[in-house]
Amino acid sequence: MREWTTSIRLWLLSWAVCCVAYTAVILGVAHAAAPDAAEGSLLTDSAGRVVGALRVAQAFTSPEYFWPRPSAADYNAAAASGSNLSSASPKITARADSIIARLGGGPADSVPADLVTASGSGLDPDITLAGALFQVPRVARARGVDPAAVERLVRSRARRVGGLPGAPRIVRVLPLNLALDRAFPAGRS
Amino acid sequence: MATRFITPAIWLVAVLVLAWPLGKYMAGLMDESTAGRARPRGGLESALRRALGPAWDTDQDWKAYVVSMLAFNAVMFGVAFLVLLLQRWLPLDPDGKGALEPSLIFNTVASFTSNTNLQHYAGEQAMSYFSQLFALMWLQFVSAATGIAALAGLSRALGGRTKIGNFYRDVSRATFFLLLPLALVLGVILAVLGIPMTLHGAAVAHTLEGAVQTIARGPVAAFVAIKQLGTNGGGFFGPNSTHPFENPTYWTNVIENGAILLVPMACVWMFGRLAGRLRDAVVILAVMGILLVGGITAANRLEARETPALTTLPVRKAPENLEGKELRFGAGAGPTWAVSTTATSNGSVDAMHDSLNPLTGLVPMVGMWLNVIFGGVGVGMINMFLFIVVAVFIAGMMVGRTPEYLTRKVEAREMKLALLALLIHPLFILGGTALFAATSWGTHTVLNAASHGFSEILYEFSSATANNGSGFEGLGDHTIPWNVSTGLVMLLARFIPIIAPLAIGGSLAAKKPTPETSGTFRTDGWLFGAVLLGTVLIVGALLFMPVAVLGPIAEHLSLGGAR
Repeated sequence: MREWTTSIRLWLLSWAVCCVAYTAVILGVAHAAAPDAAEGSLLTDSAGRVVGALRVAQAFTSPEYFWPRPSAADYNAAAASGSNLSSASPKITARADSIIARLGGGPADSVPADLVTASGSGLDPDITLAGALFQVPRVARARGVDPAAVERLVRSRARRVGGLPGAPRIVRVLPLNLALDRAFPAGRS
Repeated sequence: MATRFITPAIWLVAVLVLAWPLGKYMAGLMDESTAGRARPRGGLESALRRALGPAWDTDQDWKAYVVSMLAFNAVMFGVAFLVLLLQRWLPLDPDGKGALEPSLIFNTVASFTSNTNLQHYAGEQAMSYFSQLFALMWLQFVSAATGIAALAGLSRALGGRTKIGNFYRDVSRATFFLLLPLALVLGVILAVLGIPMTLHGAAVAHTLEGAVQTIARGPVAAFVAIKQLGTNGGGFFGPNSTHPFENPTYWTNVIENGAILLVPMACVWMFGRLAGRLRDAVVILAVMGILLVGGITAANRLEARETPALTTLPVRKAPENLEGKELRFGAGAGPTWAVSTTATSNGSVDAMHDSLNPLTGLVPMVGMWLNVIFGGVGVGMINMFLFIVVAVFIAGMMVGRTPEYLTRKVEAREMKLALLALLIHPLFILGGTALFAATSWGTHTVLNAASHGFSEILYEFSSATANNGSGFEGLGDHTIPWNVSTGLVMLLARFIPIIAPLAIGGSLAAKKPTPETSGTFRTDGWLFGAVLLGTVLIVGALLFMPVAVLGPIAEHLSLGGAR
C-alpha cells in the first residue's frame, strides 16, 4: 500500500514541477527573449495578414515564383512528412523525371539535386543557391524583368549553412519570393 | 567535405568535456556512502522528503528496489493511459484533436513508459497540448529518471552494498535535480534560437499563391529539450527533428545532437564513481567511444554516395544523398545524428532513416542491435554491465580461473541471469521480424518493395526491443498487430534487462569479496577493453549477421549494376 501512496505522491509532485512549472518558465522566457519565434516566426504582408512562416516551406507552382524542394506532405504544415522511400526506389526516379521536365532541365543543363529530392519534413524552407540560380531565367521571363537583377536579389539573400566560412550557400524560398514581389511588383499578374 | 567531420569532432569533444563534471555531479547526487550521507543536502531535498512521505527513508535491497520501481512505473503507465483516453475532455486542446484508438493508446503509453518513444501516430495530428505535456513529456522526465535510478542502484550493489539505496530517493533526485535543470537550460537555449513555445493553436496563413496553409505549432521548445536529454526521442511533430519547428537551424541541430549523448556519457562516469572504479569507467568509455566514432565515420562515408535512384538522370551531384534530408543542417548532419540516436537509445531523427542509402541504414540498426554504445540514460551502462559479465566469464574460462568481477566471483546464477537479459534482445528482434515478415501483419504494411521492405520490419522490431524509438517510417505501423506486439516487446525489453542486472548485483554484493592479487584478471586495463570490445562485436555479429544480409546488404548488392 505504501508503494502506491508514495508513487501517487511522486506523480502529483512531478506533474506540478515538470509539466506545470517547467512549461510555464520556458513559456515565459521564450516570450520575453524571442516573442516572435515563440509564436512560430510568422510572416505578414503589408496588410498585416499572415502569409506563412519564415521557416516553413509553402507550395509555389506559378512560374513567376521560386519553387521549393518537392514535399512528400504536399507542404501540409499540419501533417509534415518525408517520402520514406528507399533512396534506390524507382518512385524517386519517376518523381525526379517529372520535376526535371517541369523545370526544363536536361543533359546540357543538369538540375541541382535538392530540387528533385523530398526533404525529411516535407517543409524544408531552403533551396541551395544553385537551385535558386537554376530558376532565375524562368522567374525573370515570367516577370518580364532583367535576369541579372533577379540574380542579384537571390545572391543578396543567400547565406552559408551555419554561417560557416566555406560552407555551401542556401536561400529561404518564402522570404525570397516576398522580396521578389516587393522588388518587381509589376511582374505579378 | 571539411565540415562533415570537423564540426562533429568539435562538438563530440565538447560533450565529452561536459560529461565529466556532469558525471561527478550525478555521482554526488546519488552518493549514499557514509560520507555522502553526512553531506548536507539542502532545503529542496528535505522538501522532497516531506512531500513523498515515510517511504523516502527506508534502505532497500534489490528486491524492494525493483518493487518500488515497478509500482511507480505502473502509476506512470496508468496516468498516461488515462490522459490519452480522456484527451477529448481535457483542456489545452485549441485545435480540437479527436479520440485515439485503444491499441494506439496502449502502444504509445508502453512506448513512453519504457523510454522508447516509438511513435505510431503523428504528434501534430493526434495529440492535444495537454496529452503532449502531461502524458508524453511527463513520461520523458520520469522514464529517463527511472533508468538513471536503476543504474545508481546497480552501481552501489557492485560497490559491495546489499542495501542498494531507495528507488524513490533516486528517481526523485534524477528527475528534479538532474533532468529538470538540464532541460530548463536547454529549453531556454532552443527557444532563443527559434523553436516555437506557445499554447496557441495552429496558425492559418494565406499563401502568396492564394492557398490556405495551416501551420501546426505548440509548446515545442520545452518538449524537445527533455526529448533530447533523456534519450527519449519522441518528437512533438511526426517527422521529429527534421521539422523546422523542432530543429530550425544548423546550430540547434548541433546542440540537439550533442544533447543526445551528454547524459548517457555522464552515466558511465557516475557508474565508475559510485562503484568506486573510475579506471574501469575509463575503459568502458573508450570501448563505447571507439564504436561511436567508427559508426559515425562509416555512416558519413556511405551517405556521401549519390542517391542511387538519381544516377541515370541529369542531376548535379550533391555532397550527399539528399532524399529525406534538410538543407540547413549541412552535409553529414543526417548520418551523424542517425548514429548518435541509435548508439544511445534516443530515437529522434534529423533525416529520414528509411531514405538513407541502403548500407547507411545498416549502421543505425547495428547501434540498436548492440545497444551498448552509451545506450539509454542509465540502462545503456546497465546493458554494458551484462556484456562485462560475459566478457569476464569468457576470459576466466580461457585461463581456467573462476571468473571475478570487482572482487566478487561470477558463478552459474549470475551467468544465467546475464544470458537471460542478453538473449531476450535477439529473441524479440529476430522472432518478431520472422513472424511479421512471414505474415500479412508485416507484409501488408511495408511501403518499399523486396529487401527494403524486410528492412522496415526488421528496423521496427530492433527499435522497439532496443527501446530506441526511431523508425523506417515508411512502415504503416498503426495497425492492431503492430501496436500490440511492439507495445509488449517494449515493456518486456525494458524491464527484464533492468531487473536481471539488479538481481546479479544483489547476488554479487552478498558474496564475500576475494582480495585482489597479481593473479586477478583486471578489468581496468586495455587488455580487458579489447576483450570487451571483441565480446560485443562477436556476439552482435553472430546474432544479427543473417538478417543484416537479408535486409540492407541484399538491397545494396542489388544496386550493383546501377553503380
